[in-house]
Amino acid sequence: MLLTDDQKMLQETAASFLAEEGGPAKQLRHWRDTGCKDGFGHALWRRFGELGLTGICIPEADGGLGLGATEAALVLEEIGRNLTPSPFLMTAVAAARTIEDTAHGKRWYPKILSGEAVLALAIDEGRRHAPEATVMAAKRQGNGFVLSGAKQFVVQGASADMLLVAARTAGSPGEKDGITLFAVERESKGLDVDNVMLADSSRAARLTFDNVALDADCVVGEVDGGWQPLSRALGAGRAGAAAELVGVAAGASNLSLDYLRQRKQFGKLIGEFQALQHRAAHLYGEIEIARAAAFKAAQLLDGGDQQAELIVSVAKAKAGAAANLAVKEGVQMHGGIGMTDEHDIGLYMKREAVLSELFGDIYYHRNRVAELSGY
Amino acid sequence: MTDLETFRADTRAWLESNCPKEMRRPITSEKDLCWGGRNWTYQSDAQRVWLERMAERGWTVPHWPREYGGGGLSPEEAKILSEEMARIGARAPLTSFGISMLGPALLKFGTEAQKKRFLPEIARGEVRWCQGYSEPGAGSDLAGLQTKAEDKGDHWLVNGQKVWTSYADQADWIFCLVRTSSESKQGGISFILFDMASPGVSTRPILLISGSSPFCETFFDDVKVPKDQVVGEVNKGWDVAKYLLGHEREMIAGMGLGRSGGALGAALRPDDPLLRADIAAFDVDSLAFQAMSERFFVLFKAGEAHPASPSMMKYAGTELNKRRHELIMAAGGSEALEWNSERSKNGKAARDWLRTKANSIEGGTSEIQLNIVAKHILRMPGT
Repeated sequence: MLLTDDQKMLQETAASFLAEEGGPAKQLRHWRDTGCKDGFGHALWRRFGELGLTGICIPEADGGLGLGATEAALVLEEIGRNLTPSPFLMTAVAAARTIEDTAHGKRWYPKILSGEAVLALAIDEGRRHAPEATVMAAKRQGNGFVLSGAKQFVVQGASADMLLVAARTAGSPGEKDGITLFAVERESKGLDVDNVMLADSSRAARLTFDNVALDADCVVGEVDGGWQPLSRALGAGRAGAAAELVGVAAGASNLSLDYLRQRKQFGKLIGEFQALQHRAAHLYGEIEIARAAAFKAAQLLDGGDQQAELIVSVAKAKAGAAANLAVKEGVQMHGGIGMTDEHDIGLYMKREAVLSELFGDIYYHRNRVAELSGY
Repeated sequence: MTDLETFRADTRAWLESNCPKEMRRPITSEKDLCWGGRNWTYQSDAQRVWLERMAERGWTVPHWPREYGGGGLSPEEAKILSEEMARIGARAPLTSFGISMLGPALLKFGTEAQKKRFLPEIARGEVRWCQGYSEPGAGSDLAGLQTKAEDKGDHWLVNGQKVWTSYADQADWIFCLVRTSSESKQGGISFILFDMASPGVSTRPILLISGSSPFCETFFDDVKVPKDQVVGEVNKGWDVAKYLLGHEREMIAGMGLGRSGGALGAALRPDDPLLRADIAAFDVDSLAFQAMSERFFVLFKAGEAHPASPSMMKYAGTELNKRRHELIMAAGGSEALEWNSERSKNGKAARDWLRTKANSIEGGTSEIQLNIVAKHILRMPGT
């Protein structure tokens, strides 16, 4: 539960790197205001590669650092704190874990390591996350498959070199069995990509598959057994998003505390008013608790613990709630200036909304906690 | 074998021979506790024997020096004893405010004569202590206390009233904060000790909304207290009190407020979907807090926890506990409202629910804890 010296060093490296090069002025605002279609900087992504951060979830045998969700969480908290747009969560964490021990891993790991490749997960089909409800069909054709259907909320889908797509080869919507995971190249015939900008200036895609033909070797893992690699993506993605949400919460809260300590009205610093002190103190506790939950989730995932799935949902729900509180308090406590685009606090609010929705929102994960606990 | 290994082996053997089987069952309710004291009625022979045997070794207070009735154990040895006791499920032989609160104060601020006089009887469970702090007019603002101790030359004359004195009607002695000067608020407080059997001392138990409680009102009507029963210097009692409060916080931190248990919903099995949703939301917060408690415990032991973080833990843990019981009552419906039937186990659900309302008040209110976090962790201006 305490960080090792190596983990502390990694945390310090990520913290100074992202504070120095990943902040809103240099990244988020820049890509937003110049109309960049990816919403993130490729040069920065390569810097992730130079620093070795891209290899955290890639095995040592494949040239990575062979670390895990705990180390990824340390980096993700800094990404959240600095609102850094990057492929780290989806490409280096979720996708990397999905394709481990497969030919796809061998193929894509080198380019992920160097910070050249971008991968995306195409799972959601409706406005709410429901992976078991996968409807999109993959029909057998000769030795391969033909995909038809639609996906949405595919983070960085228009920037991705390869998309991991969940489609149904058997069974009915609602069943985990019968889902197959496919590795689909961006430039596939019949694949239409609509690059959608979200409220936080990040990009997600709506994909339409019109009889997209795939070879048999596009399958990730087993046919009908896609839930196994998919659950790796979901576990890593949820735990990672929870860690990033903790960072968003901490970043927003720090801005608010700074403001309370500087802003003067009625002849006093507004931080002297007890009502604001109590709200700030309450929020502090919520963020600490969320961080502990996210950390525990990461450690249980790394340990292959039976309890991991439950605690991952606890972490995603708790971090979402803590970040939600932090950004609402953030805008409110800043008064009028918090409503301006010029101030960064609104950027935190917008980022929290997207991250909270990703991989299942608070309601989704509360339900998961109940189901996994037997009620 | 190293000395520690020998110690472990000897301890294990001694415990095996000397800890009665009955004392190897976990304490499940307040009724199982052994408080000791002059008026103590042992619940069983085993309880008496266990206390006597442990007290003879000084193992009711393993870490206290031998000359004061303690076991004189090093921290490593004390840890070994604790582990070996846990191994066989041996319960603590004695629960005592003398051990947890007064003892540390005497060890730090007491004179040699006071330590020799009071500590051994605490260690043997022969004297039971209660704490006289809060007053009707001095709760959160404890330093505003008004119970007076007038200097009468060879003794102090104490007049006033305390409230929320746990077990005052069972205790033999009291450690009490009194006002010895009106010239300074914190600087006019002294920490004194006296016999509850002294003329002029009376107690009245307090009935709570949840039923009977160990709390009492305690009245002092011209109580004479010998001069040598002041701990620390006169008018410097607030330092002793602060030390004890810090110690209490560490104890709370060490206990771990988080429960190790599963989801509440698994126990309640709600059939109403809206209630299920609220319980699931609670379980997210509860399981997250459990993760926090585990982390806090590790950080605290490593000396890396912020000294004010017990305040954050106490605030979050107690508010969570109140929510838990609100949900238990909701799930229990009208049956949970029964007050004294056998079926309801004498209204356990309703009484427990009401009792938890005090959790966010006793030991420093939630509002005070938030003040502490704001001041010491967030360093807010004007604090």
